Amino acid sequence: FYLTPPQVNSILKANEYSFKVPEFDGKNVSSILGFDSNQLPANAPIEDRRSAATCLQTRGMLLGVFDGHAGCACAQAVSERLFYYIAVSLLPHETLLEIENAVESGRALLPILQWHKHPNDYFSKEASKLYFNSLRTYWQELIDLNSGETTDVREALINAFKRLDNDISLEAQVGDPNSFLNYLVLRVAFSGATACVAHVDGVDLHIANTGDSRAMLGVQEEDGSWSAVNLSYDHNAQNEHEVKRVKMEHPKSEEKSLVKQDRLLGLLMPFRAFGDVKFKWSIELQKRVIESGPDQLNDNEYTKFIPPNYHTPPYLTAEPEVIHHKLRPQDKFLVLATDGLWETMHRQDVARIVGEYLTGVHHQQPIAVGGYKVTLGQMHGLLTERRARISSVFEDQNAATHLIRHAVGNNEFGTVDHERLSKMLSLPEELARMYRDDITIIVVQFNSHVIGAY
Amino acid sequence: AAGMFLRLLSDIQWRAAHPKWRRMTSSQRSTSTTTESHPVSLPAQAQVVICGGGIMGTSVAYHLSKMGWKDVVLLEQGRLAAGTTRFCAGIVSTARPVSIELKMAHYSNKLYQQLEQETGVQTGYMKTGSISLAQTQDRLISLKRIASSLNVMGIPCEIISPKKVVQLHPLINIHDLVGAMYVPEDALVSSANVSLALATAASRNGVQIHERTSVSHVTVQKGRVTGVETDRGRIQCEYFVNCAGQWAYELGHSGEEAVHIPLHACEHFYLLTHPLKEPLSSSLPTIVDPDGRIYIRNWQGGILSGGFEKNPKPLFTEGRNQLEIQNLQEDWDHFGPLLSALLRRMPGLEALQIMQLVNCPESFTPDMRCIMGESPTARGYFVLAGMNSAGISYGGGAGKYLAEWMVNGYPSENVWPLDLKRFGTLQSSRTFLRHRVMEVMPLICDLKVPRWDFQTGRQLRTSPLYDRLDAQGARWMEKHGFERVKYFVPPGNDLLDLDHSKTFYKPDWFDIVGSEVKCCKEAVCVIDMSSFTKFEISSTGDQALESLQYLFSNDLDVPVGHVVHTGMLNEKGGYENDCSIARLSKRSFFMISPTDQQVHCWAWLKNRLPDDSNLTMEDVTWKYTALNLIGPRAVDVLSELSYAPMTAEHFPSLFCKEMSVGYANGIRVMSITHTGEPGFVLYIPIEYALHVYNEVMNMGQKYGIRNAGYYALRSLRIEKFFAFWGQDLDAFTTPMECGREFQVKLEKGMQFLGQEALLEQKQNGVYKRFTMFILEDHDTDMDLWPWWGEPIFRNGRYVGKTTSSAYSYTLERHVCLGFVHHFDEKTGEELVVTTDFINQGEYEIDIAGQRFQAKAKLYPFSSLFTQRRRKDEMELSGYQRE
Repeated sequence: FYLTPPQVNSILKANEYSFKVPEFDGKNVSSILGFDSNQLPANAPIEDRRSAATCLQTRGMLLGVFDGHAGCACAQAVSERLFYYIAVSLLPHETLLEIENAVESGRALLPILQWHKHPNDYFSKEASKLYFNSLRTYWQELIDLNSGETTDVREALINAFKRLDNDISLEAQVGDPNSFLNYLVLRVAFSGATACVAHVDGVDLHIANTGDSRAMLGVQEEDGSWSAVNLSYDHNAQNEHEVKRVKMEHPKSEEKSLVKQDRLLGLLMPFRAFGDVKFKWSIELQKRVIESGPDQLNDNEYTKFIPPNYHTPPYLTAEPEVIHHKLRPQDKFLVLATDGLWETMHRQDVARIVGEYLTGVHHQQPIAVGGYKVTLGQMHGLLTERRARISSVFEDQNAATHLIRHAVGNNEFGTVDHERLSKMLSLPEELARMYRDDITIIVVQFNSHVIGAY
Repeated sequence: AAGMFLRLLSDIQWRAAHPKWRRMTSSQRSTSTTTESHPVSLPAQAQVVICGGGIMGTSVAYHLSKMGWKDVVLLEQGRLAAGTTRFCAGIVSTARPVSIELKMAHYSNKLYQQLEQETGVQTGYMKTGSISLAQTQDRLISLKRIASSLNVMGIPCEIISPKKVVQLHPLINIHDLVGAMYVPEDALVSSANVSLALATAASRNGVQIHERTSVSHVTVQKGRVTGVETDRGRIQCEYFVNCAGQWAYELGHSGEEAVHIPLHACEHFYLLTHPLKEPLSSSLPTIVDPDGRIYIRNWQGGILSGGFEKNPKPLFTEGRNQLEIQNLQEDWDHFGPLLSALLRRMPGLEALQIMQLVNCPESFTPDMRCIMGESPTARGYFVLAGMNSAGISYGGGAGKYLAEWMVNGYPSENVWPLDLKRFGTLQSSRTFLRHRVMEVMPLICDLKVPRWDFQTGRQLRTSPLYDRLDAQGARWMEKHGFERVKYFVPPGNDLLDLDHSKTFYKPDWFDIVGSEVKCCKEAVCVIDMSSFTKFEISSTGDQALESLQYLFSNDLDVPVGHVVHTGMLNEKGGYENDCSIARLSKRSFFMISPTDQQVHCWAWLKNRLPDDSNLTMEDVTWKYTALNLIGPRAVDVLSELSYAPMTAEHFPSLFCKEMSVGYANGIRVMSITHTGEPGFVLYIPIEYALHVYNEVMNMGQKYGIRNAGYYALRSLRIEKFFAFWGQDLDAFTTPMECGREFQVKLEKGMQFLGQEALLEQKQNGVYKRFTMFILEDHDTDMDLWPWWGEPIFRNGRYVGKTTSSAYSYTLERHVCLGFVHHFDEKTGEELVVTTDFINQGEYEIDIAGQRFQAKAKLYPFSSLFTQRRRKDEMELSGYQRE
């Protein structure tokens, strides 16, 4: 079975999305030029999710990738809800009051977010009322709390993550009279999702990460070469600090059973996640909810199964680690990606491939002979090479697609091998998951001129 | 970059220039700031003001002053020879496919050769010769065609083998060549210096030259140039010459009434290198490799090489733009394909060091021919611009023709192909120009095959039937912006795509056109001829008749309802236009002229009709759709549709009548065709066009009606020996020379334009004669097809060139039309051409170097055709059932 290059392209490009920030919106010039995103499924249906939105009541842009496990319900819910929680956390007191008054008196609501969505990125209609009510409760509490202090982005991110996870847990415990919704909130709570979210406002870049997705900054060195800077830590068994943290939170008697086969309680790869109430609730609570839950839940072996050595829950948290970075002119782009990418590619290669792609497309400097000694033959060689480079990136109009093409199709020499690409993409559904994971990528391109002017 | 250009110009002899204009401008030489004062003030008036100090402006000044016009002022916004002229590659090449361009280049070459001696200014003239390479057989054919026309002009030229190429130029890789053309007398010059030399000579003859003077606009009153406004004041003048190069378009639009000069600039790149280890000889021939799109000349021991890429970069679309001018940078990525072609042609140059890539904008025109002549709207406003990157080759000759035009009223050669009046306002849209020049610039290197149509800037003017005809398989060509049908491809018939249909041999539409011709002869065809120019001239009294009687050579005082074929002649009796005029009433006339006469004919008549408000002329081209019904059955179709008898007794030939066709009334029906076949032309107010067309097609079905195109028309008219203006007839051809005495009424009781010249010719005989040639030993399937411009040989001696040709489906032979001259065998002097001279010769036509026997005829085969028609009518019963 063989896929032709156009067939390969149509698979790779099915989910690609690009957004360009309008060059001048009349108010302020953005430090972001735009972003490219894409997903390649391995699971059917895909368990990864992505989100991007511009904050309308505060400045800044939010971008995030979410890697679901044990189903996609949790990742889906987080992708719909998390940015609202963050945006609300960032809102000043007056704006919160204004919004609450509008809801109270049935007036039109100030829009909080402008979403940048691919047509395949859907929102659940049925749950929107439920989600809204939870969100409203949150901002009402914020209004009551009115600290009077200006909102710190780091704190806002942490609060938003924790609050959403709490709401997911609560909604599952309370249930819903509508049986469809009742089942939905339970599926959300019993499945899990990691989240890696970027908030960009001018030169201030915050990354909030929960789990093993990753944020990486692409930096162009003075000599033109590319290097990668990590802006997140993976929360998994390879991270010593994480292992230490988990062990600190539980009695010494559990030390041996906490991490087994590089997994939390021998089961879960990420050490932090949304949902996954099996690692958060007490055994009693889990049993009660499952028993009173719908039959579908009872029939599911996974949900009924209590993790071994389960003594002192919670074992899992959704609290993110937040890293703040001040953007510099040499910081050209940010890559947010689920572990599907990082399993196959080293971050250094990611930085180089994206960097060369972006400069090839936008910044291929014109050649000037100037005072240099150049022969016709040398010039000819140089031009031929430039043409070849352009034609290879020409296939992709999207940096994320270009990266996926490399991640899936790279051969041992680091170049895309069509045959390999064709094989990897034509794997039957049941085999695909064994060779690759879902991949979700967002590449954010920065505007160095704007950043330099700060 | 500036330093580079100084080096390029290092051999310019500024200080050797004539003291007169050096004095005027000397204080401006030392620096390049613009703040200095101008020591010599502008004159308040002059006879002629020329704008532009490049090769064109200086050449016009030079020739005007030589011809005795000394009250001439030349204005240059920057410095002399500083624009495109300065950066020009300096190649003087006579290998041009259009004959008038060839003549201009030939004259330029001779002029430049003696210029240094005449002026004392070094011009860098070097007779290196040029070699045009052919990578394909088709290219070689096109070179052979050029070689044929060079040879008959006495310009040495030979087709050589690849081996010979290496002997002439050792660096060339010949592995992919099939042959080449060598023109040993082509030359190289420093174009800036040629321009300076011309300026020096002009200045000595009294021409005043002012640099750093910009023309802001030209003032026109009552349709005549009155003066020029500059940044240094006004100059009153009778004549203005726009030689502003790529700014000519803008300058033309700067005045109150625009003068439309359709040209547009594109970036043009060429490469300069350091000298080779063993510096190249300055006498090494210039190489033109059209298939590689490049030219290569020796330059200061190294090379200069540029080309005409497939993807040109047009610029200045929005007018003069300071930012764009300053940003004209080297673009190596753009030049890449040309560099590949260069290294493929001369692989030994790999190690040669680059000096610079020069970006030098050139201006291009919509049809790849330059623009010269007088504005149709402002008398005294002359133009010479749009050289399509051959400015240095044309400069001398173009300047001479324009000077003659201004001084004598007309140049010494037919320059209609270059006349500004071939264009109208319709070619003046910036978008049109931008798109068209992107097609024209690559075309410079493309193979030029017969019947080539531009692909850009199309569907501008169309008939209301366009969509209907297109849906029936019409293939289109364009004339003066108007879409016209070439032929109709029957359903299920596939023709080659555009690129593959290029051929010098039998084209793929041969049988299609053949069947259209057959239908014209045996049944009836409809051809949409709406593109023809149509004027209505009327008056309250006899003014219209009186004026037209003076302006046209035939007698127009005919009964109302008659149609007259007549020439519109100039003083020398030459055809300015060839038209049909219908007398609609005592006081109004309807005039039909060729499509591209719309601007020229209008200007000619406007300038000559009396300024009388009781006499009106209106261009009604757009008001009428013209359908030509050709064929023996046209009469049946029309009489059934109109319930009126259309037979010869009721509707004789050359008759015009308004009648109803179908439901539509007021259709102007004329019993004329342009092919000699029986038939009618219907002039239909456009709102009725679709109705009448539908009626004609429905009714015509039982008579075997079908659509036909211009190719069928062309074959029919050429086999009937019908001359067409613009192809066979021009301002240098009289009715006496083309067997049309019958269309001239020398005794019509009043004087008319050209009468004296015709009387003289009638008495003394003519010096050329329009002749029809039937090719004898020509194999239509295997041999090259004639086109036009093929040399004609009589008893082995060159006597003239063909002007058009077509395959005659009736004769099953090729027919060429052309002019035969009689050159004295010893002196070359032109002698009178007699009927005997024509009839007593053995003729050959030279197609790309191969000669074919031809039979000459002075009169068409009328009997042959009528006989055939009889026979076919009898067979027609079978035709109807198809």
